[in-house]
Amino acid sequence: MEGLVESLRLLWGLDPYVYNIIIVSLRVSGLALLFSALIGIPLGTFLGLTNFPGKPLVTALLYTGMGFPPVVVGLFVFILFSTVGPMGRLGWLFTERAMITAQIIIAFPLVAGFTMAAVMSVDRNLMRQLRALGATKIQASWAAIKEARVGVLVAIIAGFGGAISEVGAVMLVGGNIEGKTRVLTTAIVLETRKGNFGVALAFGIILLGLTFFANLAMLYLQKRQMFARE
Amino acid sequence: MQQTSYKLHNLRKIYPGFELHIADLSLKDGEIFCLLGPSGAGKTTLLRLLNFLEEPDEGEVVFRGQKYTPRTYLPSLPIMRQITTVFQRPALLKGNVWQNIIYPLRIRHQKVDNEAIMEIVNALGIASLLKQSSSTLSGGEAQRVALARALVFQPQVLLLDEPTANLDPANIMIIEQMVTKYAAERKPTVVWITHNHFQAKRVGDRVCLMEGGRVVEVSDKEKFFNDPEEQRTREFLAGKTFY
Repeated sequence: MEGLVESLRLLWGLDPYVYNIIIVSLRVSGLALLFSALIGIPLGTFLGLTNFPGKPLVTALLYTGMGFPPVVVGLFVFILFSTVGPMGRLGWLFTERAMITAQIIIAFPLVAGFTMAAVMSVDRNLMRQLRALGATKIQASWAAIKEARVGVLVAIIAGFGGAISEVGAVMLVGGNIEGKTRVLTTAIVLETRKGNFGVALAFGIILLGLTFFANLAMLYLQKRQMFARE
Repeated sequence: MQQTSYKLHNLRKIYPGFELHIADLSLKDGEIFCLLGPSGAGKTTLLRLLNFLEEPDEGEVVFRGQKYTPRTYLPSLPIMRQITTVFQRPALLKGNVWQNIIYPLRIRHQKVDNEAIMEIVNALGIASLLKQSSSTLSGGEAQRVALARALVFQPQVLLLDEPTANLDPANIMIIEQMVTKYAAERKPTVVWITHNHFQAKRVGDRVCLMEGGRVVEVSDKEKFFNDPEEQRTREFLAGKTFY
């Protein structure tokens, strides 16, 4: 109850510290989700519709990626962008770009994996019939994504959930710098360590609320599209 | 004079335990070519090859003067889009009936000619279903929608894989009338797989019996049913072949 009151007070009070954290969180996770969807949906569709010799290996790698510990991803990205790392010259460490990179690595296997499962459930007979009607492979694949849109939406929601709720990787590569790379999850860790349980709980409630409304918005868009098509 | 659309020569498609081998076969524009034969005779495999949905292992197909061999068995998109198949079990997209019917036009970026479509829709008796969700259709309705979807872009080759199997007589009649009308007006090549001898008699110009991946006999309808050359055809027509 104390956390709820505190979160309402923080939001109501237009606290710039809180709003900055919310905006950074949404920007980092939103962009990570966008890139994850751009990579994951085509990849998942390809894997769901195509058979090739190395497919079991690629699928196994993808499933491994879906359960990859975020802190390990953070470690890899840290090494990648550290001054002695192969991409150190970019100077991305402790910036939003490094955080976005880490979240893409965490979210895209989720988007691709769930998309693959959804597309695989589309009737193969339908795909054959669309090809017989003159659809190109790309047109038939697009139709498969639309047929599997509920599953693809679940994939996007899972990707968003994986990205915004992640703490270990963004803490490592972002550094939790106030006003720059502090996001909701890292702020919760910080406030808890400082003993500000009320503020930490408030950030937790804000995070839950944001995730809830983001998912609600996606479901609403999906439902509107479904009603428009029926 | 009817123009030859397909010439098949020494065409082979091999699966584990089955081989389709068509030594020589020609198909013509403006004819309805009925394929009869027991299950597993290779009729559907032949249809897939004619639609270029699968490639053969050997042999060649000459389609409208252009030769296709296993290594070159991928015609250009405009050629592919002259051909279509109506399958035994129609699979429709989510959405309503109208969206399904205009799908081939949308992927071709063609203008939707409402008048021409409504002519087909009315002939098939599906005008009242246009706003209905495809998932709510009966088997007969879905098949009529699938046929409408196949005819809206006026294919030059119409391949029918048992389109009336498991349908009631009223639906069978509507589909037969629509296909024969389309064949008479547009003069496409129509290949129609059926298990029904009477249907082949009603709609076919030429009839072919296939068995074990081979063509047993091809002849004009009258000759096929009244005076077949092959003993196997006589046995088949006498009902001595098990499906």
